[in-house]
Amino acid sequence: MKLPPLDYICPATLTEAIAALAVHGGNAKVIAGGQSLVPMLAFRLAAPSVLVDIGQLPDLKSISISAEGIDFGALVTWRDIECDTRLAQVHPLLAAAIAHVAHYQIRNRGTVGGSMAHADPAAEMPGIAVTCDAMLTIVGPNGTRILRADEFITGGLSTVLEADEILTSIRLPLWKKARRWAFEEFAPRHGDFALAGVAAFYDIDAQGLAYNAHIGVIGVADRPMRLPGVEAVLDGRRIDADVILQAAAAARDAVDPADDIHAEAAYRRDLLGVLLERALARAADITLPEAA
Amino acid sequence: MISARPVRLTVNGTQTTVTVEPRATLADALRNELRLTGTHLGCEHGVCGACTVIVDGAAIRACLMLAVQAEGAEITTVEGLGSAAHLSALQLAFRKHHALQCGFCTAGILTTAHALLTDEPHADEDRIREVISGNLCRCTGYLPIIAAIMEARIAYSDVQCEAAQ
Repeated sequence: MKLPPLDYICPATLTEAIAALAVHGGNAKVIAGGQSLVPMLAFRLAAPSVLVDIGQLPDLKSISISAEGIDFGALVTWRDIECDTRLAQVHPLLAAAIAHVAHYQIRNRGTVGGSMAHADPAAEMPGIAVTCDAMLTIVGPNGTRILRADEFITGGLSTVLEADEILTSIRLPLWKKARRWAFEEFAPRHGDFALAGVAAFYDIDAQGLAYNAHIGVIGVADRPMRLPGVEAVLDGRRIDADVILQAAAAARDAVDPADDIHAEAAYRRDLLGVLLERALARAADITLPEAA
Repeated sequence: MISARPVRLTVNGTQTTVTVEPRATLADALRNELRLTGTHLGCEHGVCGACTVIVDGAAIRACLMLAVQAEGAEITTVEGLGSAAHLSALQLAFRKHHALQCGFCTAGILTTAHALLTDEPHADEDRIREVISGNLCRCTGYLPIIAAIMEARIAYSDVQCEAAQ
């Protein structure tokens, strides 16, 4: 369907952008790549009277790596991440997850900031941000605030962003070199929304035991979330087939997905267990028995 | 009433200005203002890929970009790939392999493949399949499309080698 009538502003600075949002209150919406917002407009799920395009703002397009972490400007696209050869080393979990995001054409326009602000429960970037304790920088008329990803997302397509605030950057903590990790998701067609997905990592101590386990899931709740009960199964254990099966059982128990047109709740719950088994087996570099 | 505004574009090598409302998508501007109706609108919400055009070298969905966001951009549509009298190597390969039937999706698949092979002339079959997964075709079953794109690679790799040197 054609988009609803709306006005369009393309400010040159962040200050101007925030001022424009403040003037229009809740009737304005920030647009960058538009890969989530424009379909929302087409479906009338959103009908702002003004779009404030942040696509021309300076300094939001870079990926920088420092001792503090890996910083992604809000306007970094999936294609930028795909083409940044440092990331496969510096954050392999992110690189693996982003390979699943959308299709070729959308990857050229879609942005990390847009994905976070849209907060689709099945989207990969919010899933990685929550799994890895990413910190998000938000700028508004009263200054800057920094929030952890799980504080930022408040539900399906919902965040703490006020009408006059803009998400400007996302910082992932640095990645430990010897970390074990895997990303698994299932979508009917590559690039479509995942029916379920798992981002998993843990570190190994001198005794060969896992610690610092982070297990994040997408597509099985109204928002991406970590599963502390599953992490507790892994921490302090040597990751073998038995532990993996226990972890998968804990994951199935921990989630309560909804039925929808794409899959029944029971299917999603079972799928999550299978994906977690695959992810942990890959992370531990072991082969699970067939019966599993 | 929100007024239409001018947007400067370079489309298939020709500079032009269209006057559109902000809500007009790039696809709307190309089709309705410039009468470049080779760009097809299938779903109008970013799922089918039929409206794919190339903006500043990158394949994008023209139904998911506002025309006003394309200010100053260089755009290639299917009309810019070749003409009826002089089909491009990619288009010739599509004809040879019967890589289209009804033709509705074809413009988007040609522009997608053109962008891909311009960037990645040595794309392997897996990569081509991954990229084309973003374009829905209800007729062909895709195999002839993949075959045509695979065959067209040679025409792009020559260009790429010259550029690299």
